[in-house]
Amino acid sequence: MPMKVSRRFPSVTVAHYTLVEALRSGLPWLAAACMLGVLGLAGFLSQVAITEASALQVSAAGALLRACAVFLIATHVVASVSREANDKGLELALALPISRSAYYLGKLLGFAFVGALLTTLFALPLLLWAKPADLAAWWISLAAETAVIAAAALFFASAMAQTVAAIAAVTGLYLLGRSISAIQAIAGGPLAGDSLPSHAARWIVDALALLLPRLDAVTRGDWLLYGAPPAGELSQLLFGLGLYLALLAAAGLFDFNRRNL
Amino acid sequence: MTGFWSSRERPVSTVPAWIRWLLAVALATQVSLQFAQRARAPSAADLPRAPSAQALRLASLGEPAALARLAMIWLQAFDSSGDNAIPYRQLDYARLVPWLRAILSTDPRSEYPLFAASRIYAENSDPAKVRLILDFIHDEFAADPNRRWPALAHAALLAKHRLKDLPLARRYAAAIQQLATDGSIPPWARQMEVFILEDMNELEAAKVMLGGLLAAGRIRDPEERRFLQGRLEELERRLKSR
Repeated sequence: MPMKVSRRFPSVTVAHYTLVEALRSGLPWLAAACMLGVLGLAGFLSQVAITEASALQVSAAGALLRACAVFLIATHVVASVSREANDKGLELALALPISRSAYYLGKLLGFAFVGALLTTLFALPLLLWAKPADLAAWWISLAAETAVIAAAALFFASAMAQTVAAIAAVTGLYLLGRSISAIQAIAGGPLAGDSLPSHAARWIVDALALLLPRLDAVTRGDWLLYGAPPAGELSQLLFGLGLYLALLAAAGLFDFNRRNL
Repeated sequence: MTGFWSSRERPVSTVPAWIRWLLAVALATQVSLQFAQRARAPSAADLPRAPSAQALRLASLGEPAALARLAMIWLQAFDSSGDNAIPYRQLDYARLVPWLRAILSTDPRSEYPLFAASRIYAENSDPAKVRLILDFIHDEFAADPNRRWPALAHAALLAKHRLKDLPLARRYAAAIQQLATDGSIPPWARQMEVFILEDMNELEAAKVMLGGLLAAGRIRDPEERRFLQGRLEELERRLKSR
C-alpha cells in the first residue's frame, strides 16, 4: 500500500501504517490464541483449587496475560523492524518528505498503540473477576509497560543487525527490570561479605539499577486481588515508566539519526 | 556475514540538538530517580507465608537444586538490612521455619538450609526463636544423619552454651551419637554426649556411655582410644570419691 504522508503530522501517518501492518499480520490471531489459552488454563486451575478459586483464576490470568503482552509486543516490533530492513522499506520511507526523527517517533507511537490495543484485549476478560477501578490501574500500567518494551525492542532492533540478538537484549532488559530490586536487596545484605569482589559486585548492581526501569513495582497481579495502589503511588510508578520511555526514545532517536543507511 | 551492530555511524553533529538534550535530560532524571528510590532489603514483615514443598518443586520446572539455592538467597535477604543493629531479630520464625523446611524438601541434599538455620538464624538473641530453629534442625537431622550432623552438632553447642539447656544439648548429642554412623564423622561429634553428661554431673551415665563407645570398637585411632580411656578412668575416680 503506498504511504501518503501528512505534511502536518508525519509521525501520525507512520504510526497509522504501523498499526495497519500489525492488524494485518498474525498478531491479532496470536493475541486471541494467548487469551483463550490463558483463560482456559486459569479456568482449569480454578476447578482443581480447593479454595480461593476466583482469586487463583484472576491472579494466574493476570500474570500470564502480562507476560504474553510483553512477549508479543517485543517479538512483533523486532520482526517488523527486521522485515522492513530486509525489504528495504526503510530506505523507501525515508525517501519521502519525512525526517528521520518523525519516522522513528511515528514507528514508536504506532507500536505503543499496538501495545495498548493488546492490553485492552487482555484486560477485558478480567472484568469478570476484578473490580473495574483496580483493573483500570492494571490496564494503564500494562499499557505503559508494553510501550516501554516496544521502545526497547525498537531501539535494539534498529541498533542491532541480528533479530536473535535484539530479542535477547529486550528479554534481558525486561528480566533485569523485573528482578533488579531483589538482586539489589540481596547484594546489600550483611552476609554478602566485605571482600573486594563483594564490594565490586554490590557497586555494579547498584550502578546497573540506576539504568533500569522498576518493572517489578508495576502491573502487579495483587492489584487485581487486593486493590490498586493509591493514586499518588500509581502516578509515581507511571511517571517512572514514562521517563524510561522518553530515555529509550531519545537513545533510539540518537542512534537512528547517526546511522548510515 | 552480517555484523552484530547494524552499520557505521554518522558524526554526532548530524543528530538534532533537541534529541541530544532529550537524551541527556532523560538519562540524568532516570539516574537521579532510581538513586532516590534505591531498593533496600525487605523487612521482616514482608516475609510471606511459605508455600508447600510440592508447590516449590512445581515452580522449579525440573531444576529443584537451583531453585532451592536461589530460594535460600532470596530468603536470607529478609530483615537483613545493613543498618539493622541485629539482622534477623525481627523475623517471624513461625514463618521462617516452614520456608526452610519447604526449601530443604525441594532439594534434600542441599546443606544450605540447615547451615543457614544453625549458623545464621540460630544466632538470634530471643531464646524462643532459637529453640524453634534448633527443633527444626533436630527434626530434619533424622532424615539424613550422615550429611546433616554438622548442623545438629552446632545446635547442641548452642543449646549448651547459649540456652544453658543441658538436657536439650544432650538430646541433640545423643541423636548424633546414635544415628550418624559414617566413618568420616569426627570423634568429637560422636562423643559430645559424654561430655555433656559430665557437665550435667551424670557421671554414672557418662561412664556407661564412654565404656560402651570403647567396647563397641568404633574408636580405631590409638591416640583417641588412649585419651578416652583416660577420661573413663577419671570418671571412675570421681565416682569413687563421691
